[in-house]
Amino acid sequence: MSRHTLSVLVENKPGVLTRVAGLFARRAFNIHSLAVGPTEHEEISRITVVVDVEEHPLEQVTKQLNKLIHVIKIVELEPESSVHRELLLVKVRADAATRTGVLEVVEMFRARVVDVVPDSVVIEATGPAAKLDALLSALEPYGVREIVKSGTLAIGRGARSITDRAFERAVRSA
Amino acid sequence: MTGTPTPAQIAARAEARDQVRTELRSRVVGGKTEPEAAAPRVGPEEVTGAESIVRSLEEIGADTVFGIPGGAILPLYDPLMDSAKLRHILVRHEQGGGHAASGYAHATGKVGVTMATSGPGATNLVTPIADAHMDSIPLVAITGQVGAAAIGTDAFQEADIVGITMPITKHNFLVTDPDQIPRTIAEAFHIASTGRPGPVLVDIAKSAMQSRTTFSWPQELDLPGYHPVTKPHSKQIREAAKLLATARRPVLYVGGGVIRSGAADLLRKLVDLSGAPVVTTLMARGAVPDSHPQHLGMPGMHGTVPAVAALQKADLVFALGARFDDRVTGKLSSFAPLAAIIHADIDPAEIGKNREADVPIVGDLREVIGDLLPELAREHEEHGKPDIEGWWRQLDEWRRTYPRGYTAPEDGHLAPQHVIQRLGELTGPDGIYVAGVGQHQMWAAQFISYERPNTWINSGGLGTMGYSVPAAMGAKVGQPDRTVWAIDGDGCFQMTNQELATCTINDIPIKVAVINNSSLGMVRQWQTLFYESRYSNTDLHTGHGTMRVPDFVKLADAYGCEGIRVERASDVDAAIKRANQIDDRPVVVDFTVSRDAMVWPMVAAGVSNDDIQYARGISPAWDRED
Repeated sequence: MSRHTLSVLVENKPGVLTRVAGLFARRAFNIHSLAVGPTEHEEISRITVVVDVEEHPLEQVTKQLNKLIHVIKIVELEPESSVHRELLLVKVRADAATRTGVLEVVEMFRARVVDVVPDSVVIEATGPAAKLDALLSALEPYGVREIVKSGTLAIGRGARSITDRAFERAVRSA
Repeated sequence: MTGTPTPAQIAARAEARDQVRTELRSRVVGGKTEPEAAAPRVGPEEVTGAESIVRSLEEIGADTVFGIPGGAILPLYDPLMDSAKLRHILVRHEQGGGHAASGYAHATGKVGVTMATSGPGATNLVTPIADAHMDSIPLVAITGQVGAAAIGTDAFQEADIVGITMPITKHNFLVTDPDQIPRTIAEAFHIASTGRPGPVLVDIAKSAMQSRTTFSWPQELDLPGYHPVTKPHSKQIREAAKLLATARRPVLYVGGGVIRSGAADLLRKLVDLSGAPVVTTLMARGAVPDSHPQHLGMPGMHGTVPAVAALQKADLVFALGARFDDRVTGKLSSFAPLAAIIHADIDPAEIGKNREADVPIVGDLREVIGDLLPELAREHEEHGKPDIEGWWRQLDEWRRTYPRGYTAPEDGHLAPQHVIQRLGELTGPDGIYVAGVGQHQMWAAQFISYERPNTWINSGGLGTMGYSVPAAMGAKVGQPDRTVWAIDGDGCFQMTNQELATCTINDIPIKVAVINNSSLGMVRQWQTLFYESRYSNTDLHTGHGTMRVPDFVKLADAYGCEGIRVERASDVDAAIKRANQIDDRPVVVDFTVSRDAMVWPMVAAGVSNDDIQYARGISPAWDRED
């Protein structure tokens, strides 16, 4: 198994996420993470999906995804030529005795404290998955009480835009 | 360096984007890209949503709808009554309506249309929709949905049919805004009939049918993500031509895609030009005439020995609109082990799905074969025709040794193969034959000679028992001048025979041959072969020596059909001739046949095609050296 990150450009229509997620389930693919949101074109949404899968079945699921009428374009983003980020919110035990230690960790990882009460803090951090994992291990001794993470977002490096090209292609063939 | 854009730049970009969006919506039904042709040919007319549906169906060229009304679709049925262009045929079950639309599409190549109400009406369409999805049938299903305000409240007769049919449709729509009706219907027909055809469901809220709206035609399509590739890549075509021109043991493996694309005439030229043997799958029977000397018959689980053996020993398999289904390949890892693969299909997802292709070709088969013919001729001119005489000697030997045939049943009852063979011989290649699923289906695929495409109609992929009678009804509506035989089993027939009422009342004189072996025959055959003849729940009590529940002749009579019973071989021809002469009402012939007849040859599920049995316990001895 290897991990792959797909950027799926879809029409911004009701039910499109169900169609995409349902296809993964139907073809027995395990979705590692999923993130969906708008793009610079209001008609187009972007789904970033991370899957653990071999090369051959990945090609098959990509072809099946392409058959969905609302899917405009699929791009696999290779780790070396793209930026991958997750957002983490974590609630950590932090009282007067431990707060300094917790804040040192926050500082070291360039994270931010976004909520404070006498016995805990909420920390916000962004970064690639490995960095967030490291942050969580560093916080573990203090007592992690709650974690929420976004799916991975990814974008290709360099000047080229996959959405512009997809949009132009859609127009050309229209 | 790009700094902060100036307001002028922002405005310019916005303008460019608006222009792009306008262009995006400029596709016009009928393939004409004429953004300036904004003036509608029809309308705008002030109508209700329901009228808008009827007008859309009329404008798109639909002529027949199979359906049943109910609460949520009632508004649509009112204007439907006044339509002079749409013939609505009231079926007795939504499943029958769906299969009838499929049979109509199969027989005509046009889009089949079915209608049902919300909830149970819509869920009854699930089977025919799944069936059409597996067999790539162009089908549009229109369902009523509860009013928009009631959606999601578990209202009476509410079912999320869009959610339910997502995995079994090519696409589906929920319409709550009446203004969206004409465009959605135009898109539904476009999607159903282009690329790889398939079923499209349009679920329309009752409130949208009841609202006022405007109707105009033609409609612009808004499908930026839908661009089926029809034109094959020329490099791949050249590569395919080169391989085909040099292979010593080539086989053309022809699937249903050839029929869907209307490429049978071109395929015939390819067969003749290449000199290669050809096999036609269950979905492709009729794509090449069975009388063609290069035709080896059907491959697969119940294929002919020459067809199966040819694929196993081939050095080149050229798949045309076929999908390497498990019923054809047997154990995949041992299928055609020596062959290079050329795989041409309009659906890129089929290529490499089951078997890696050495030469993948994405395109419509009409274009693929059309482009291939001159390339192949050029190869022949430059390098001469390949020497495949040795291959043909081997193939002919298999044909001589393992001809189509059957042994007479030991119990002295009718041989079902004889009935079906005579049916084909007495009706001829101009007839249309529609099967259910099971033994009778396989015998009908084996023992009738098909000479034209669209004359063999069956449920291949999903294997839907009960397909035959309603699909035959649809085929007869689409091809009223042709004799249409439903070849059905006693099990299948009991699932959908209510549509005989529809046939009688609407003057659709189909003929039904019930191959009555008094059991779920194919299941029984597997019980004989793989479950020590323990016949668990396969006895149907409809044949000779049983209480005959139901009595199919009486049933035929009750439905206003001519009922005929045949129990002896000497009566077979007379009954078929009589049935073929009756054209004022449907005919049901109850052929009570031996229940012990089995379908041969057979490759058992999951085993290698090399282990095909010609008849029980008889396997060809292959030359293991090659």
